[in-house]
Amino acid sequence: MSASPHQECFHCGLPVPDDLDLKVEILDEQRPMCCMGCQAVAQAIVENNLEDYYRHRTEKAQVGEALVPDALRDLELYDNENLQQSFVHVQGGEIREASLILEGIVCAACVWLSERHVNTLPGVQSFYVNYSTHRAQVTWDNSQIHLSAILQAINEIGYHAHPFDPSRQEALQKKERNRALRRIGIAGVGTMQVMMMAVAMYLGEYQDMDDSIRKLLRWASLVVTIPVITYSGQAFFQSAWRDLRQGRLGMDVPVSLAIGTAFIASAWATWTNTGHVYYDSVTMFTFFLLIGRTLEMTARHKAGQVAEELVKLMPATAHRKTATGIEPVPVAELVVGDHLVVKPGEVVPADGVVIEGSSSINEALLTGESLPRKKQPGDTVIGGTINMESPLTIEVDKIGQDSVLAGISRLLERAHAEKPRVAELANRVAGWFVTALLLVAVVVYAYWYFRAPEDAFWITLSVLVITCPCALSLATPVALTAATGMLTRHGVLTTRGHALETLAKATDIIFDKTGTLTYGQLKLVEVARLADRDEPWLRGLAAGLEGYSEHPIATALKEGVEPMVLEVIESETGRGVLGRYDGNYYRLGSLDFIREWHPEFAPEQTVGTWIYLASQEAVLGGFHFSDEPREEAAEVIRQLEAQGITVHLLSGDNEAAVAAVASRLGISRHRARQLPDDKLDYVRRLQAEGKIVAMVGDGVNDAPVLAGAQVSIAMGTGAQLAQASADMVLLSDHLDVLPFSVTIARKALSIIRQNIVWAIGYNVIALPLAAAGYILPWMAAIGMSGSSLFVVLNALRLKDKR
Amino acid sequence: MEILFILVPLAVILAAVAIAAFVMTVKSGQYDDLDGAAHRILMDDDDPMIPKYKGKSLQDKK
Repeated sequence: MSASPHQECFHCGLPVPDDLDLKVEILDEQRPMCCMGCQAVAQAIVENNLEDYYRHRTEKAQVGEALVPDALRDLELYDNENLQQSFVHVQGGEIREASLILEGIVCAACVWLSERHVNTLPGVQSFYVNYSTHRAQVTWDNSQIHLSAILQAINEIGYHAHPFDPSRQEALQKKERNRALRRIGIAGVGTMQVMMMAVAMYLGEYQDMDDSIRKLLRWASLVVTIPVITYSGQAFFQSAWRDLRQGRLGMDVPVSLAIGTAFIASAWATWTNTGHVYYDSVTMFTFFLLIGRTLEMTARHKAGQVAEELVKLMPATAHRKTATGIEPVPVAELVVGDHLVVKPGEVVPADGVVIEGSSSINEALLTGESLPRKKQPGDTVIGGTINMESPLTIEVDKIGQDSVLAGISRLLERAHAEKPRVAELANRVAGWFVTALLLVAVVVYAYWYFRAPEDAFWITLSVLVITCPCALSLATPVALTAATGMLTRHGVLTTRGHALETLAKATDIIFDKTGTLTYGQLKLVEVARLADRDEPWLRGLAAGLEGYSEHPIATALKEGVEPMVLEVIESETGRGVLGRYDGNYYRLGSLDFIREWHPEFAPEQTVGTWIYLASQEAVLGGFHFSDEPREEAAEVIRQLEAQGITVHLLSGDNEAAVAAVASRLGISRHRARQLPDDKLDYVRRLQAEGKIVAMVGDGVNDAPVLAGAQVSIAMGTGAQLAQASADMVLLSDHLDVLPFSVTIARKALSIIRQNIVWAIGYNVIALPLAAAGYILPWMAAIGMSGSSLFVVLNALRLKDKR
Repeated sequence: MEILFILVPLAVILAAVAIAAFVMTVKSGQYDDLDGAAHRILMDDDDPMIPKYKGKSLQDKK
């Protein structure tokens, strides 16, 4: 970083404009700043003796925003008692507690900085940032400081904090997580103890153990196993009970039956000092199953947390236009018919109709479409979308549950409820298995009751124990757990247990185009030289003209070029920019905009998105933008087809664009102009033909389709709603993990099959022997533990691969 | 072997203690943020002991 004409901002790393000379002294040196916002933030950090932040940080900060008085007034709304009711927890007296979502946290130093700064405020009792979730917990004394002052202090050092209500979901998740942890902990400690005593007892079978010592070990095992059964095992008993009440035989029924009978038999044996005990199998089985379930739950929560951030899509405050002026109000108090002012950069707070002003609105959240839409008076706008360019006045027409966003959430829930359940197959098999098992047990008991009544109970018990479907019910979850862990390390989050099994069987895979097969961002693909200017000059000038715009075209133009410094005179929404460079005037914009200067201008190529650059004398150049397919897409599709999966492409885009992408990537089955309903129909038709469909998508518009396919995969950068409805999320945002996931899923499926064959084979051989009374109880115990262990070890083979 | 009559119940009691300790750690929220602590320890409260870095800062030494 020398003193070159283009310096980097010390705070955020963006280039510093030439004519700007803002400096802040940080770590004993004068550092350049790119804007007033960064300067203010850096100044605040230095003044609060927190400049060590710059020493510790590993990432550049986000651009600082200068706080305008308006924004401060908005923050004060959070002091409103009515609004606070929804997210503040009063701890008695004036002590209050709130949860905040922090935006702008990029590295650990940010956590340090914000904690340090907020904790020094008088009246703040504690402020703690959770680094994994970017949530903060603040406790303050309302008689000394107001929430708005705390939020403002956070803004001062360059972060944004929104209060949110954790009770909706997060508190529930935390409770669920803590309960799962406690269950695992108890089962784990219990397993270790019981195993230790079990080894002694097994050895005792050979070495004449003293009867009193055996009795002691049995009673000690019983004491340790009781909490494992009553607390950790509850998870299975409860859901088995739920299944039974609904008249279904789920997987938890045999699990509960196995744990239950083995435990009761052992307890009976301990009490009467006869027979054999199976405490080791009971605890180990509980422990392994709980681990698998907890991992699955954690992944589901992670995806859910992302979805929770949908809450912050809707701002908490809005600007209402009244007869006397503009007043800030909490969104919760809005009524239909209110007139709201939405400033550029703000999120539209409610659904409504534009009545004044024109601007472009980014609806990427809802449509996945990267290009902003132009809005004029009469057009409808949707709450949660972002106003990009100029102020709009809107009239509210739908609020709360009637809003589009709430509607999408409901649609999603319904689609979920109707989701085809391939996973149920395993449950049905287990149901049959249990029924058969119980019948056999009854027959065996009846037979022995007439032949040798004193042996009947023990023989029936050993039948029940030896055929206990432990190995069978472990077969699937352990393999899935191993495969899920493997995929998570490669950046694929599996949020639902059945996803892998289904993915392994998938026959067809459907891709969305924008954002999935393509980057979802416009890229400059071609520069046409229409006069004697070279390409770098054209690009530099164009980048300079678009210097202050956040429009996707502007972003694409600015990528990788040094923008020329010039004077932007005028910019017209959706049309173009007029600027002056070196004494000459230039226009950059749409064909219409250029034709105002050069009415006779007719470009040779018109396919795709083009904008032009012209001086007053001539049209100088054209820029062609397109949304490029991902680099790895073609290879990924080739690999998927090699794996025997049929690839389809469904897109909402026009025929030409879809056909072009499809032919470049070698996809023969493609459809254009597909609405979400059409896509869902297409999926249903395939399903009716008996195909198992996987869907890969990214937008909120894809969410219902994602929910409708047997297995759905969302892109990590896609809309949060899409991720929430997907079975798997590609966190790395690279498609090339897809064929790998299929490979792993298939491997997992083959291991599941091996495990099931083993488990059933073992039962088939052991059952007649046990029924005939040939199996001694200790053999039953070893057989049961052994077959479970075999299944676990077999699943662990998945981890060694690659 | 009579010693087992003391040792085995002792093992059970120790297991109970271990479970109690674990439940307490869960309750106090020690598993809520598994990544934060690792970073936090690198940059806390020990500022007076770090000699002020004179001259060029670490940020510029790329």
